[in-house]
Amino acid sequence: MTSYLEYTTGEPVVDTKAPAGPINERWDKRRFEAKLVNPANRRKQTVIVVGTGLAGGSAGATLAEQGYRVVQFCYQDSPRRAHSIAAQGGINAAKNYRNDGDSIHRLFYDTVKGGDFRSRESNVHRLAQISVEIIDQCVAQGVPFAREYGGLLDTRSFGGVQVSRTFYARGQTGQQLLLGAYQALSRQIAAGNIEMHPRTEMLDLIVVDGRARGIVARDLITGKIDTYFADAVVLASGGYGNVFYLSTNAMNSNATAVWRAHRRGAYFANPCFTQIHPTCIPRTGDHQSKLTLMSESLRNDGRIWVPKAKGDTRQPNQIPEDERDYYLERIYPSFGNLVPRDIASRAAKNVCDEGRGVGPGGQGVYLDFADAIRRMGRKKVEEKYGNLFDMYERITAENPYEVPMRIYPAVHYTMGGLWVDYDLQTTIPGLFAVGEANFSDHGANRLGASALMQGLADGYFVLPATINDYLARHPHRDEVTDDHPVVQEVLAETEDRLNLLLSVDGDRTPDSFHRELGELMWEFCGMARTDEGLRKALDRIPQIREEFWRRIKVPGTGEELNQSLEKANRIVDYLELAELMCLDALHRSESCGGHFREESQTPDGEAARKDDEFGYAAAWEFTGTGEAPTLHKEDLVFEYVHPTQRSYA
Amino acid sequence: MKLTLRVWRQKNADADGAMSTYEVDGISPDMSFLEMLDVLNEQLILSGEEPVAFDHDCREGICGACSLVINGDAHGPERTTTCQLHMRSFKDGDTIDIEPWRAAAFPVVKDLVVDRSAFDRIIQAGGYITAPTGSAPEAHATPVPKADADFAFEHAECIGCGACVAACPNGAAMLFTSAKINHLNVLPQGAPERETRVLDMVAQMDAEGFGGCTLTGECATACPKGIPLMSITSMNKEWLRATRKAAKR
Repeated sequence: MTSYLEYTTGEPVVDTKAPAGPINERWDKRRFEAKLVNPANRRKQTVIVVGTGLAGGSAGATLAEQGYRVVQFCYQDSPRRAHSIAAQGGINAAKNYRNDGDSIHRLFYDTVKGGDFRSRESNVHRLAQISVEIIDQCVAQGVPFAREYGGLLDTRSFGGVQVSRTFYARGQTGQQLLLGAYQALSRQIAAGNIEMHPRTEMLDLIVVDGRARGIVARDLITGKIDTYFADAVVLASGGYGNVFYLSTNAMNSNATAVWRAHRRGAYFANPCFTQIHPTCIPRTGDHQSKLTLMSESLRNDGRIWVPKAKGDTRQPNQIPEDERDYYLERIYPSFGNLVPRDIASRAAKNVCDEGRGVGPGGQGVYLDFADAIRRMGRKKVEEKYGNLFDMYERITAENPYEVPMRIYPAVHYTMGGLWVDYDLQTTIPGLFAVGEANFSDHGANRLGASALMQGLADGYFVLPATINDYLARHPHRDEVTDDHPVVQEVLAETEDRLNLLLSVDGDRTPDSFHRELGELMWEFCGMARTDEGLRKALDRIPQIREEFWRRIKVPGTGEELNQSLEKANRIVDYLELAELMCLDALHRSESCGGHFREESQTPDGEAARKDDEFGYAAAWEFTGTGEAPTLHKEDLVFEYVHPTQRSYA
Repeated sequence: MKLTLRVWRQKNADADGAMSTYEVDGISPDMSFLEMLDVLNEQLILSGEEPVAFDHDCREGICGACSLVINGDAHGPERTTTCQLHMRSFKDGDTIDIEPWRAAAFPVVKDLVVDRSAFDRIIQAGGYITAPTGSAPEAHATPVPKADADFAFEHAECIGCGACVAACPNGAAMLFTSAKINHLNVLPQGAPERETRVLDMVAQMDAEGFGGCTLTGECATACPKGIPLMSITSMNKEWLRATRKAAKR
């Protein structure tokens, strides 16, 4: 066995399926060239969709509307609970309703630049084009976006951009958009076009003759492991931020679907690109089970500061103006408190590392609304942010109208994910990935209010157009059944894995391993990464894995609702994914977006990209647990937005 | 803090359940209620017992998964979701009763986990606007008066947790159903299906075995999102209007 670090570099990815020609014509061209399936034949073709968040919910509903037979899964008790529901701030669209200079090209430009030039231009441009249709679609569904007194839609500006292109529904935009998709999905379920399996978790992918043909899934109530077959499989299972244990993800959000697909041959791209969100509520102690995000829309009106002096323990209201350091406004005078997330997060870490952090453990900075309340009045602030302030008060028992909020960065979103081509197809034919599950359009850093946009663009508009082409070209006349040797093998592997977890009967709980891994990842693969630290983590992860299989304790049986078994099985995959994240972070010895390598910074401490060396997406091929993977590079070509060092000063 | 917990344990849907008593120690007032249950579960696993099963996911009060009756109150003593309830609402030495939602239409699955799929079927009966992808007109083609938009939003905030049903002495789902009907029926986009929506959803609600409404108001008191009791009145009005209109046809 070779060392995990001695990865090999394989063939580059040359064909992304993006059409050539002027960028604003590429999507039209692709849609025209895509083959169509005769409406009468669609009923005969089955598509499996895993996940019911914005991407999965919208994809399932739209495919069913088109006439395909959809079989859909979610681990929650209802498709309405997917974690997209927790997105607060808003959704971007280049509607230019404000007449403030916005355009499709500007949204495209902002997204490529914000992603620090690590995304694929063709995809990003398509995303910007589709953004305008999303708003129309959601309004037609009855999504109650905020409106002006004249009855027209309201917009606001949002982290990292200078135009007001973010549509919102108070601080619950994700909830409202998800309910829109869920209701569309419900309509199709009632019509008999979708067979919905709630409380059912995908545990593996079935690949027959090189094509994705189904999944293995476990009914979480009865424990029954079953197979489901289809002509194509769509993964909409979200991101992998929970590898860090503490994140803003839901407790049960997990990476099993994508990781199992990766093990079956789908490349995993840019796993080290994780987003640390600057405005979360700081942790209070070891018991912490998750972190709560406060929408960064708060940065529109709140001012971020710490005391100028180290170890200043005075109450915030006792610290006079001239002894406060509004560090973002000082360092980045033109963007101020609205700099992109990675920059705001790192700046917070820096001032805390200097010993100027506030609150318990010095792991926090102030987000102060005193000026906003003076300027707009308390009522206006309440109208804009009331629910966020209430949420903050409930969690911290502090009143943010009177005392500045305390915030600290937390893991929030993962830009990396399954590598997909322009059609959102992975390297396994017939396997598609949408939303946060793919490596997506955000490059090395996602702009605020762009996740909802991408999830819905993928699900409502992109996938339903591109999957047609695959289904038209590959009408599977051959039935796959449980008797197929490949299916037997995948089933047996899944059952063996769960049985092993149940039989170890060790002395450590699943959570204790998850927490240990999460702390390691936060320390060495978090906001700032070093060669030395990543090597330490890569050294340690196999040891934790070995210990896991020796000491894990899972009570109960597999034939019932067993939440410990669910957790333990997800940790098995985290323990492999974490290793790939660290290797990817180690190999990318540049800083870009959410990936900050301390060795690669400008003299004034900003991220220094190395475009010549790392102007590619890193797509990794699995070769075995703990075995060195193979790296395939997709060179990123910038014809329209030319790479410059980002500057928000 | 040191606490005594009396927790409903039930092996599965068919088994009988009973309250079991556990002690937990070292509980910090900053912990959420579910983090306190995490502590109990870690303890139980290490002692070889099965941990208490409960539904939870986002732990920030929006997904609607968590569903505990705490000392007789749905979601406990504060007006919030169980996941946003903190231990500072309790005192050292307290005894806390923890039960699942109790309602005929929400059968217990295991311990504190119940089956709320009846809610999904109520939505499937008409809790949507028919707008297939691609069919939408330009968003600004139909302005919506701000007051109507705000009314829609206020009702759209429902998280589908089921506290309203758990709190209702009749096990009625009127607040849940009315919230969705009011959200969609006030909007111009929802107008074409206004009558069928209310008639079909109410019929499905009755078919699921939820109880009748006697306007006790417990639902609105328990609702973590503040869906107002008047929501039910508005739904009744919509239902009467639709019934009359259907009779005329």
